[in-house]
Amino acid sequence: MTNSGSELCNVHWTGPDHTTAVVVAAGDIDLRHSAEFQRVLLEVLQAGPKRIVVDLSGVGYMDSSGVASLVKLLARVRRQQVDLRLAGMTRRVRSVFEITRLDTVFEIFPSVQEALAS
Amino acid sequence: MLEVLREPVRIRIASTPAQLPIVRAVVERLTRLVGFDQEASDRITLAVDEALTNIIRHAYHGRPDGPIEITFRRAADARGAAALCIELRDWGTQVEPDQIRPRRLEELRPGGLGVHIITSVMDEVQYAPVPSGGTKLTMTKTLSRELL
Repeated sequence: MTNSGSELCNVHWTGPDHTTAVVVAAGDIDLRHSAEFQRVLLEVLQAGPKRIVVDLSGVGYMDSSGVASLVKLLARVRRQQVDLRLAGMTRRVRSVFEITRLDTVFEIFPSVQEALAS
Repeated sequence: MLEVLREPVRIRIASTPAQLPIVRAVVERLTRLVGFDQEASDRITLAVDEALTNIIRHAYHGRPDGPIEITFRRAADARGAAALCIELRDWGTQVEPDQIRPRRLEELRPGGLGVHIITSVMDEVQYAPVPSGGTKLTMTKTLSRELL
């Protein structure tokens, strides 16, 4: 397992061939941090994973610019046939996805363990 | 509980993302104090944050020193029920109100979610260009069906 990322996100590679990237995000992802969040996500995708799991359990607040970073990633992973999963959303973050009806577009799991298991 | 807003509360910030957490903390505390439950409080906080983000991006074009005034007052909605009114006043570039509309959610693209959030969360939303410059955004959220 290798680690990389930034203060906002840590990236762990796991799975049999290290082809699953787990992006562990933390803090508030708002207008101040969404550009950095998007940069890390797109860097992970460029590394060629088969699956990306974004762990949001440490994110206390996310605005539409943070959601937009994930939407941009989703559009790209679909083209490259990479499996994208979101895990561990707090009630507050989940609410943003519900208001924008994106909770039906993303694959959302209660925890990273469950996202990795299925 | 709207008694705490017998007099309006006004705060003034600069158009920098660094001050958004301050406003979020104020909105969350104030909405809980006037009687909204935690879920409603979270959603109103998000709507105000999105509106401020739009002001920073579109009215001030990312300039960090533009003034923004936020006023909280008690109000009645169109049917006379108790409501919280939040006004955001900026002195930046005006946007025609009919240019501000939520995007179709079925389009999978990153932009335009903020206006959808604002109009979904708040009961009444009105953008009004101010003749002397800038824009006043008035958002109202009904608190209860009790008449004022």
